[in-house]
Amino acid sequence: MNELVVISGKGGTGKTSVVASFAALAEKAVLADCDVDAADLHLVLQPTILERATFSGGSQARIMPGHCTGCGKCEELCRFDAIFYDGPGNGREPKTFRVDPIACEGCGVCAWFCAEKAIEFAPAESGRWFISDTRHGPMVHAKLGVAAENSGKLVCLVRTEAKTLAVKQGLDLVVIDGSPGIGCPVIAAVTGTDLVLVVTEPTLSGMHDLERVAELTEHFGIRTLVCVNKWDLNAELTAELEARAQEIGVGVVRRVRYDPAVTEAQIGGQALVEYTKEGAAKDVRRLWTQVSEKLATSNPFAMR
Amino acid sequence: MQIAIASGKGGTGKTTVATNLAHVAARSGRSVAYLDCDVEEPNGHLFLKPEIEHRRPVGSLIPRVDAEKCTRCGECGEICQYSAIVRVGESVLVYPELCHGCGGCSLVCAAGAITELSRTIGTLETGRAGAIRFVQGLLNVGEAMSPPVIRAVKSTASEAELVIVDAPPGTSCPVIEAVRGADFVVLVTEPTPFGFHDLKLAVEMVRALKLPFGVVLNRVGLGGTETRPYCTAQRISILQEIPDDRKLAEAYSRGVTACEARPEYEALFTGLLEAVMNGKEPG
Repeated sequence: MNELVVISGKGGTGKTSVVASFAALAEKAVLADCDVDAADLHLVLQPTILERATFSGGSQARIMPGHCTGCGKCEELCRFDAIFYDGPGNGREPKTFRVDPIACEGCGVCAWFCAEKAIEFAPAESGRWFISDTRHGPMVHAKLGVAAENSGKLVCLVRTEAKTLAVKQGLDLVVIDGSPGIGCPVIAAVTGTDLVLVVTEPTLSGMHDLERVAELTEHFGIRTLVCVNKWDLNAELTAELEARAQEIGVGVVRRVRYDPAVTEAQIGGQALVEYTKEGAAKDVRRLWTQVSEKLATSNPFAMR
Repeated sequence: MQIAIASGKGGTGKTTVATNLAHVAARSGRSVAYLDCDVEEPNGHLFLKPEIEHRRPVGSLIPRVDAEKCTRCGECGEICQYSAIVRVGESVLVYPELCHGCGGCSLVCAAGAITELSRTIGTLETGRAGAIRFVQGLLNVGEAMSPPVIRAVKSTASEAELVIVDAPPGTSCPVIEAVRGADFVVLVTEPTPFGFHDLKLAVEMVRALKLPFGVVLNRVGLGGTETRPYCTAQRISILQEIPDDRKLAEAYSRGVTACEARPEYEALFTGLLEAVMNGKEPG
């Protein structure tokens, strides 16, 4: 089985639109939306949820006001500025300490060292994940809780579930929609995959971010391709970007032209290749053919 | 005053708004600092073209175990929530990339065998872009945890009258770290289904943080029509609208700010700055 992951470095370059079209074009694939803190793929694929589960990325501390003596040890030890002296009073103390659940990093140091055993430390729900069916095949997706931590763990979970589903249904490809950046959720999305497709745009920001994201995939030893989206917004920079990509060992694949149909398709809840056969949709079809050929050669032992 | 520029979705125009706000604020004579907290992919420098005066490494504390003193009791592995330190038979292993630097292991070690040392995970750069004080953080490639680098960038904020924080995309820990402590958050969105959906997530986030905020609608004319009625129904003020202007996109592609490329945008961003300064009541 192959895992293809689509990332971008810079946000908003068109990852999810490309993945939605790949979903429509790939015949035997499981889709995994690993952009867990701003997932959008479901807006196009309109999944029917078959199974749902909660996810806990770690534990969280909570001070029981009735037991707090206000000694302040927890505040002293917390390195994440998560403890405040503004909790409710309890008869003995006018005020108690309180944990800000958003700032809490879940390290448990406060609970461990509280002499009064006044701090609860228990697994906290930090998101939900779903196994769904879409018109283009099964999909695993998730929603990280508001202001929650540990998106990397949730990304790993989504990937594992997607692979399990692929094995179960005899499908040989998982297409992963990644998140922007180069940090923990991106590392979790790309580690151990077979092929990375970076979707970028012809801007200095796109160029700068491609270099950093390519360094990341090289660090993890993953074969990487780049596609310049909206290439005709700046043809000169597109050429520079592609030349730079080749210098740093990133394969260049089919450019995609700027096309208002991309937004129109999104508004209509369709993948671009479902919406039209012309313009950028042509480029995306060609892109898919190229990428799937590369996938086949990246792993000669894969079924296909 | 500290203003954070954020968005759920990436590529909606955070850096455009942040750099142009810094530009018009500096022109109005205020002392301004621009802090690039998108330490995974910082891009503000492409537009502000600062001269970097100082660079320093940013570290995160990790444990070092003195094998002589260690009694193999395993308490360090018990307290660690991140599996960053574990006892395996007769040795104790440390996984620096997993460590959050909470210090629990060194506190719990009765034998005094654990000391903490700083491990470099990024760089902090400070300098000037004309009248604007410029700060950016750069997470080293391959490092997973950006919050310590974001904290380092934000720790330089104090002296300027107006601090503009350019946040990373998304709604999880790096964004929280970037917008924490802001006096006002500007959420930049675009009228597309993805932009609208991620705006709602960003609104949930700033509401959970109890921060006053408003919305900038970028690329108006793209076609989506849901954002305005949503903002009205939710009593969220739309601070400014920026048209879908191909000339702006071209200037952006070359690393030129809107105000430099098209001076008529100065008025638009000045208006936005005023709306932000006047709009501190909770949205």
